[in-house]
Amino acid sequence: MAVSDARINSLRVALTVVLALIFTIVELPGSIERARPELLLLIVIYWSLSAPRIAGLTFAWLCGLAIDVLTGPIVGQHALAFLLVAFLTHKFQLRMRIFPIWHQTLTVFMLLALYEFLVFWIDGIIGPAITTWTRWLPVLTSALLWPVLVAVLDTWNRRRR
Amino acid sequence: MVTLSADTRPIIGRGPPLGARFFFLAVISIAAMVLDQRGHYLDTARMWMGAALHPLNMIVDAPHSAWNWLTGSFADRARLREENAELTEALRVARIKLLEYESLVEENRRLRELRKASQGIVERTLIAEIMNVTVESFRHRIRIDKGAADGVFEGQPVIDAFGVVGQVVRLDYFSSQVILITDAEHATPVQVNRNGIRSIAMGTGKLASLSLPFMTAETDIKVGDLLVSSGLDGIFPAGYPVATITKVERSPTDTFATVEAKPLALLDRDREVLLLWPDVREQPAEATASEGGSNQGTEASPRNQGTSDVEAPN
Repeated sequence: MAVSDARINSLRVALTVVLALIFTIVELPGSIERARPELLLLIVIYWSLSAPRIAGLTFAWLCGLAIDVLTGPIVGQHALAFLLVAFLTHKFQLRMRIFPIWHQTLTVFMLLALYEFLVFWIDGIIGPAITTWTRWLPVLTSALLWPVLVAVLDTWNRRRR
Repeated sequence: MVTLSADTRPIIGRGPPLGARFFFLAVISIAAMVLDQRGHYLDTARMWMGAALHPLNMIVDAPHSAWNWLTGSFADRARLREENAELTEALRVARIKLLEYESLVEENRRLRELRKASQGIVERTLIAEIMNVTVESFRHRIRIDKGAADGVFEGQPVIDAFGVVGQVVRLDYFSSQVILITDAEHATPVQVNRNGIRSIAMGTGKLASLSLPFMTAETDIKVGDLLVSSGLDGIFPAGYPVATITKVERSPTDTFATVEAKPLALLDRDREVLLLWPDVREQPAEATASEGGSNQGTEASPRNQGTSDVEAPN
């Protein structure tokens, strides 16, 4: 029973990851392009909280690596940032899971800010980084997306169980 | 609140501790970044990872290509006839120009041989389609549907029908990333076509402008001047149009003039771009093999477009 459950869960994780990756590279109209939420990172945080056995650190690292290969200037940049976020999430998962949703959103907001900062920092090390304020916009939009994502994925998880 | 999954096995006490795993993977990431940045040691690995993730690119690009195919197959007759007439006219004009071009190419080749110079001769071209895939929101990069499998190489010049577009920066097996000349990290060596003054056109991060920061206030340059590639970087062949000057501001107190230019290539409207192989002698094995060994084919670049054009496998 537990085995088949785990398998269904892994399937779900894989499906959401593929969808999030597609969302990362799909073309958006110019104005909202810059505010594109970091959906894959949110997915990684969500699964790190709700299925920590399946979505471990290696999983988060591989997701970051996929982002690097699809978009990044060098391999390892987003992988490291994903790893850091996943590490913190795992570290505090028992606490984060029982936070009320607004509190959780705030925590996720801070994780996202940390993520963007690390990416920005590495950008600055390897070359001239883009310093416009719009590069911090995804932090806000992603944090706003978090409650919605939790609601949707929780409903989906409960129904299929 | 996040619902916990049905998996009820204990979380603690299995596998290496969290901190150790974090440390291990972090070291790997940093090592990867250093290797990738400093020595391009990971190019092959990256190419294959890119190949593994290529289906995602194709999925994202699919609706667009499907739409193109649909509008192509259900286009109405009147429009097709109109288009056909236009194209025939354009072809006629182009043919007449080509007559002239042939003799010029021959002459140019003889002169270059006299000077023992090879730069600027384009031996092979390939049409690549721009994939409707975002590479990065903040950088001017595009993804094209030709990669290492088609003989594309890093640093390869990319042009469209109107001017220089950019160069290949990252190579995957089935696709590659192109940096546009307007990217803030890109600089193109150029020459004013009118008088041969050389300079460098830097990208500004805006699609409609390049800046030329190294033009002194006394330089003979004016609005409307055509900038062509100078070929000094060994990447772009000499003589391809890059931009036209849109603004020259000379202030008596400054040593340098503020010069801006507008790229000629339709950077945001292109569907297709052209990859150039500037000099076959540099990499004879691949290029001549796929050329089919015909002498005729290596003569003029615009003409062998048709023969060397490989359709995308999607």
